Amino acid sequence: MSDTQATTHATAGIRETTEGTVYDVTGGDWDEIAKAVTSSDDERIIVNMGPQHPSTHGVLRLILEIDGETVTEARAGIGYLHTGIEKNLEFRTWTQGTTFVTRMDYLTPFFNEAAYCLAVEKLLGIEDDIPERAKIIRVLLMELNRLSSHLVAIATGGMELGATTVMIFGFRDREHCLDLYELITGLRMNHAFIRPGGLAQDLPPGAVDALREFVKKMRKNLPEYDALCTGNPVFKARLQDVGYLDLAGCMALGATGPVLRSAGLPHDLRKAQPYSGYETYDFEVPTVDTCDSYGRFLLRLEEMRQSLRIIEQCVDRLEPGPVMVGDKKIAWPAQLALGPDGLGNSLDHIKNIMGTSMEALIHHFKLVTEGFRVPPGQAYTAVESPKGELGVHVVSDGGTRPYRVHFRDPSFTNLQAMAAMCEGGQVADVIVAVASLDPVMGGVDR
Amino acid sequence: MTEANGNHPGGDEAAGSLPAQQEPGEIIGVRRGMFGANNGGDTSGYGGLVRTVRLPGASSRPYGGWFDEVADELEGALEEQGFVPENVIDKTVVDRGELTFHIQREFLPVAARTLRDDPALRFELCTGVSGVHFPEDRGRELHAVYHLRSITHNRLIRLEVTAPDADPHVPSIVDVYPTNDWHERETYDFFGLIFDGHPALTRIMMPDDWQGFPQRKDYPLGGIPVEYKGAQIPAPDQRRSYS
Repeated sequence: MSDTQATTHATAGIRETTEGTVYDVTGGDWDEIAKAVTSSDDERIIVNMGPQHPSTHGVLRLILEIDGETVTEARAGIGYLHTGIEKNLEFRTWTQGTTFVTRMDYLTPFFNEAAYCLAVEKLLGIEDDIPERAKIIRVLLMELNRLSSHLVAIATGGMELGATTVMIFGFRDREHCLDLYELITGLRMNHAFIRPGGLAQDLPPGAVDALREFVKKMRKNLPEYDALCTGNPVFKARLQDVGYLDLAGCMALGATGPVLRSAGLPHDLRKAQPYSGYETYDFEVPTVDTCDSYGRFLLRLEEMRQSLRIIEQCVDRLEPGPVMVGDKKIAWPAQLALGPDGLGNSLDHIKNIMGTSMEALIHHFKLVTEGFRVPPGQAYTAVESPKGELGVHVVSDGGTRPYRVHFRDPSFTNLQAMAAMCEGGQVADVIVAVASLDPVMGGVDR
Repeated sequence: MTEANGNHPGGDEAAGSLPAQQEPGEIIGVRRGMFGANNGGDTSGYGGLVRTVRLPGASSRPYGGWFDEVADELEGALEEQGFVPENVIDKTVVDRGELTFHIQREFLPVAARTLRDDPALRFELCTGVSGVHFPEDRGRELHAVYHLRSITHNRLIRLEVTAPDADPHVPSIVDVYPTNDWHERETYDFFGLIFDGHPALTRIMMPDDWQGFPQRKDYPLGGIPVEYKGAQIPAPDQRRSYS
């Protein structure tokens, strides 16, 4: 890039404010910014990174105060992806809620759905009535989802370092996960597949074979990340001792998930407060004590291996049976069936309610339009999402709609640790530190 | 009307399912008619039905399991510091296997610090604060709900504090649980609850110059009617609903 171009590029994002000169970074222009910084006589410089910077995981805005290459203060500006999902939920039935929550952290849709449904089931008092097959498929989907979420974390993290092979590999393998989602739920994301009381439908024919094939393929592919990154001196140099947050920092800032486990504490809700039958599965909770980004990368890799183990156990355990509670006041009457257009009602069911059973028609109509009532009270459930503790606080006023639903999204809470991880470090390490938190703005902003 | 029904347990929706030792909880709403439809006629003949909605009320001892242990330790630790537990803890609710302490708002920081630091309690992790708006809960319209997790003892409890709409102040517990920084900003942003002592209580999700508090019940959802196959589908908050 010639000097003249560089100057225009850099100056395009420079503004004089009452606080001093403000540089807007648009990506790939660190050289120019650094040059502008050295030629400036201003001691305190604020770099306003994002909200559209390619390496900020969506619309995250980082406000960095830098002194040369050192970040002296870092703050995050969020809210650019706020969609009012929690408010919207209050205007839909309890079942329709799943279509909204699945869109929160769009990389962990099954965790959002499962956490929400577990909370609704707790309020209804039907936790013990959920059929075994539904529980196994929930665990299966959540562990598949852990794989796809960690794959994106590693892939985008690699891309931000310039390791595009890691990115290609990560998205290649995530595609295998998405193919399975599509086969099982009909959709690649935003599934609304886990419903209060069970699942929207059963596994389609061929799913078990596809899952076994997938496990075999992933066992072959996962070591490639090891080969590419784990021992790679450049990768290690960029990640080791970067984004440092020790156990005291994690506890104070409420950081959970791989961030907490990278500080050596083996806290995992699947072991501590098991749900959906996790206590019956055989798996390990890996930890490292490096407190840094490299440790978090190793953890994600190991957690994916453990997820494969759980998926295998799920597939082995699957027995034919119902996937929805027996209570006809809660369960939707029809099992959805895959039609030529993707999703739809079972034609047999429509034939039954339209042709032979007036009562079934009324019942179907009431349950779908009006929904079921949930006794007044509140409940909190939490699941171990790939990012940490995903908590759901649900309040009912006894009506057919949620009175209040609050998601304690781990991305939101963990992102607070950004300042503690970045201040005092180098500008380039901010990217690595944020990537190791794996924030997804859909979850942060909701 | 509401009061009369409230004294009459048979008319309560929640009362039937509560254990005997539980007192009736606060009234948070009144439901009319058979189906709860708020528009359109009710031809069932039960259109005049009025039922009050109550939250689960205070429980009396024993609470069961480790709940008694936590309650004893908390009361003991508060007494040691010279507080009268009855003044700090309004009531204790055990519902659906969860333990909730309703804390007088001025004592929230004391209670939180005690719960965090007492070795027998050790609730190290706060999972943030969730606001709830009950316009019908007179004098206690705004609720702030905290969930505290003890990794040491593998326990989870809930703290609930209330503030009236006219005086929406709750002490901040950011200096006890720094993680609540963003959570309290979020609750302020959506409910207008002012957390006194928060280091920088500003909006976090909504734009800085936003008017109003979107998650309050009197704040409209908004939306526009949509035409679909020739029919007008009203905005979500205008559609027929059942309560």
